[in-house]
Amino acid sequence: MLAVLAGAAVIATLPLVFILGHLVREGASALSIDFFTRMPKPVGEAGGGLANAIVGTLILIGIAAAIGLPVGVGAGLYLAEYRRSPLATAVRFLSDVLNGLPSIVMGIFAWQFLVRPVGHFSALAGGVALAAMMIPMITRTTEEMVRVVPVALREAALALGYTRWRTSLTVVLRTATAGIVTGALVAVARIAGETAPLLFTAFGNQFWSVYLDQPIAALPLQIFNYAVSPYDEWHALAWAGSLVLIALVFIISLAARFATRSRFGGMGD
Amino acid sequence: MEVQSLDAFFGEVHAIRNVSLDFEDRRVTAIIGPSGCGKSTFLRCLNRMHETIPGAHVSGSVRLDGTDIYARGSSPIRVRRHIGMVFQRPTPFPTMSVRDNVAAGLRILGDARPSRKETDAIVERALRRAALWEEVSDRLDGSALSLSGGQQQRLCIARALATEPGVLLLDEPTASLDPLSAQRVEELLYELRKDMTVVIVTHNMQQAARVSDTTAFFLSGELVEAAPTRTMFTTPADQRTEAYITGRFG
Repeated sequence: MLAVLAGAAVIATLPLVFILGHLVREGASALSIDFFTRMPKPVGEAGGGLANAIVGTLILIGIAAAIGLPVGVGAGLYLAEYRRSPLATAVRFLSDVLNGLPSIVMGIFAWQFLVRPVGHFSALAGGVALAAMMIPMITRTTEEMVRVVPVALREAALALGYTRWRTSLTVVLRTATAGIVTGALVAVARIAGETAPLLFTAFGNQFWSVYLDQPIAALPLQIFNYAVSPYDEWHALAWAGSLVLIALVFIISLAARFATRSRFGGMGD
Repeated sequence: MEVQSLDAFFGEVHAIRNVSLDFEDRRVTAIIGPSGCGKSTFLRCLNRMHETIPGAHVSGSVRLDGTDIYARGSSPIRVRRHIGMVFQRPTPFPTMSVRDNVAAGLRILGDARPSRKETDAIVERALRRAALWEEVSDRLDGSALSLSGGQQQRLCIARALATEPGVLLLDEPTASLDPLSAQRVEELLYELRKDMTVVIVTHNMQQAARVSDTTAFFLSGELVEAAPTRTMFTTPADQRTEAYITGRFG
């Protein structure tokens, strides 16, 4: 029995080991300072990097977090505080549905409302599509984290003369912060590698652009474009890009672990 | 503080039935009774905490210095600032330091909020009154969770004292503490009644006999009898009281 379970545990981690090993073998050679600081070069020329895609991905994540965090945390707090209201029941159900929605549908939604009326692709549309994916994740984690804050703490604050909203914000939400931050970082890690919602929103860009109303490059898109190209140099860049993307997700996950160690040890541990 | 024909409900359940009881100023009143007799619910009616439970409501009046805390237009927030409460389990705020915990009630005073320097003085005074200053004065900025259970409970008492309430309500404050810590809290109550009215709900009849001036006995949501503690434990007027304190039930 033990052997079977241990075997299952090993098999569960094997894909990660294989992927990492393969990525390092194929991509490490294309990794250099240039990869992070230079722009893509035309086919046939050696060198060049994915600076625009790396910055683009960071910008897209920034937009998504700027929209997704306040909305998600606010909605989660509402669900936890008014858990039996009809609105809360509806929002909770829809959040679960949204959580399972294929990401390309989010892209179509953003295209319909932010690309088509404007007439061109934009970083903003991509960020909104990613935010739409983050919101239900953050909403549900926030709700769970706020719910495990003991009722006794809430009562202690009320008994001191705290108003209800003040109790929620300064005592309940603060106590739950470590868990919420972890949930938010997990959500960021999940959207960082999304490609489908960006295909017809952010669209990708061969050139340097940091403008929110213009198409913007993104690592996952660039990886896709390079991987399906017939050129060996581009294949190497695609591998390197994948490696960087995985490293990014890995760093975010590590940060999530550290975030749970709050100032006083908090209740995250 | 005077309670006049107080009834409390959880939805349809009638938890407290027509209780009238006067609390003497600067005295300790103990409320005793078997589990589920409504003594905690009654206590929570005295600072309008009962109504924070969905579906719960109260009728009747509780007069503090002549003003009914349930009068129309009376704010439960203001009531709770004047009537402190300590719970069965210590409830320090986990994200706050020892100092910030004690000062928690001061921070919400708006315009009347004391300055930083004044706050430090108030924190020290509250901790001294809670007999905790000597133990924590060198770690005011440390986590409140690093204190022992008994220290945490005294921290909660200090937190309640910082806003200078006229009444302090305690809901089985020593139930989760070891005997030595419990004894320290009891000694504390004896000191505190010099400045304020104290109401303590307790399971422990020896504790009631030790710390209180007056004892009230509750049964099934009703007040059976209230009398000076000595009288209560030697010659109770009601047979049910006698049965309870001699250990025949409960």
